[in-house]
Amino acid sequence: MNETPSQTVGPFFRFGLEWMQHHAIAAPGDPGASEISGVVYDGTGLAVPDAMLEFWNAPHFQRCMTANDGSYRLVVPRPAPIGDQAPHIDVSVFARGLLQRLVTRIYFPDEEAANASDPILALVPPQRRQTLVASGTGGRFRFDVHLQGPQETVFFAY
Amino acid sequence: MTIAGGNPSLRIDPPYDSPGYRSSSARAPKQPLVLLEPGLLELGGPVFGEGLVAPGDADLTRQHPGEPIGERINVTGRLLGSDGRPIAGQLVELWQANAAGRYAHEVDRHPAPLDPNFTGAGRCLTGADGTWRFVTIKPGAYPWRNHPNAWRPAHLHFSVFGRVFTERLVTQMYFPGDPLLEFDPIYNSVRDERARKRLVAAFDWETTEEEWALGYRFDIVVGSRLVTATGTLS
Repeated sequence: MNETPSQTVGPFFRFGLEWMQHHAIAAPGDPGASEISGVVYDGTGLAVPDAMLEFWNAPHFQRCMTANDGSYRLVVPRPAPIGDQAPHIDVSVFARGLLQRLVTRIYFPDEEAANASDPILALVPPQRRQTLVASGTGGRFRFDVHLQGPQETVFFAY
Repeated sequence: MTIAGGNPSLRIDPPYDSPGYRSSSARAPKQPLVLLEPGLLELGGPVFGEGLVAPGDADLTRQHPGEPIGERINVTGRLLGSDGRPIAGQLVELWQANAAGRYAHEVDRHPAPLDPNFTGAGRCLTGADGTWRFVTIKPGAYPWRNHPNAWRPAHLHFSVFGRVFTERLVTQMYFPGDPLLEFDPIYNSVRDERARKRLVAAFDWETTEEEWALGYRFDIVVGSRLVTATGTLS
């Protein structure tokens, strides 16, 4: 084992990493496009203004920085089922205070049947599964990330 | 199956909850992480490449009309998988403070000068043998409010993409011989000493250019983040 350890992205990364967030991959109103927005919260309920989120929905990759109010917004093509897994987007969360990234997933609320048979959601305690499912309808969804606290988002490790 | 979040006995990476690093207290998850086998999505990219990077993006000393103040350095290394194989054509991003220890970031209030000739951000793609190379300025140490009289050792921030989603890594490179290292809660959040020392670059004559710039070498190795089931760091 000779891997390089992770270190925090720190608070002052915007000027180095935001160049890629302009590579938008879909526009509101595109057929099949979904708008996803939300807020990143810490364990005290405060919004996190210095987080970076990365969304991976092959072949689409997108990066968002949270704004001063902790909010982010992106427009992505609606994902398809992936093997035996329900449509979802892999999300990496980086922030000051996180010594390594956190990984979570966004599932969609209108995929009830697929979500019910998703083998990854099945690994999650039932009372916490809803933290992985966006809310909303049509092409507009909300997905908040709670790093800690009573509504703590489920995070994954590989 | 779940594992304790960031269990230091199981991970090379620092634990999320690292008491010496104050910002982790309200941001480290408290619930156990859910352990997954990587699936099709996690093993299918992302891969970047041509088109995102211009040749000049790797020289942070030539992004403005004048030359930045500070000690010019060449920093190079290889991006490798934990199997030792080079990762070619993949994106490496670098950002840092200037020679005075000040970031070109609106929230950085350290009363040290900004340098109009230095932004401190660059990127490049790895070559066929995984090699990447930047020309930049050695960053200064700077104070932070983690604890009384707290100072971060000089460091470069790196962001790399391995071959697949599970190999994504953001880390920091430190400089050899820095007296602040032993006091830094972020550096020391890596519990295994051998792993921690891999964050320190090596001074390198081969990339040191006479009458021009000192050279440092820093290989970045990405891979599956878990160590063996016995918890032995090897």
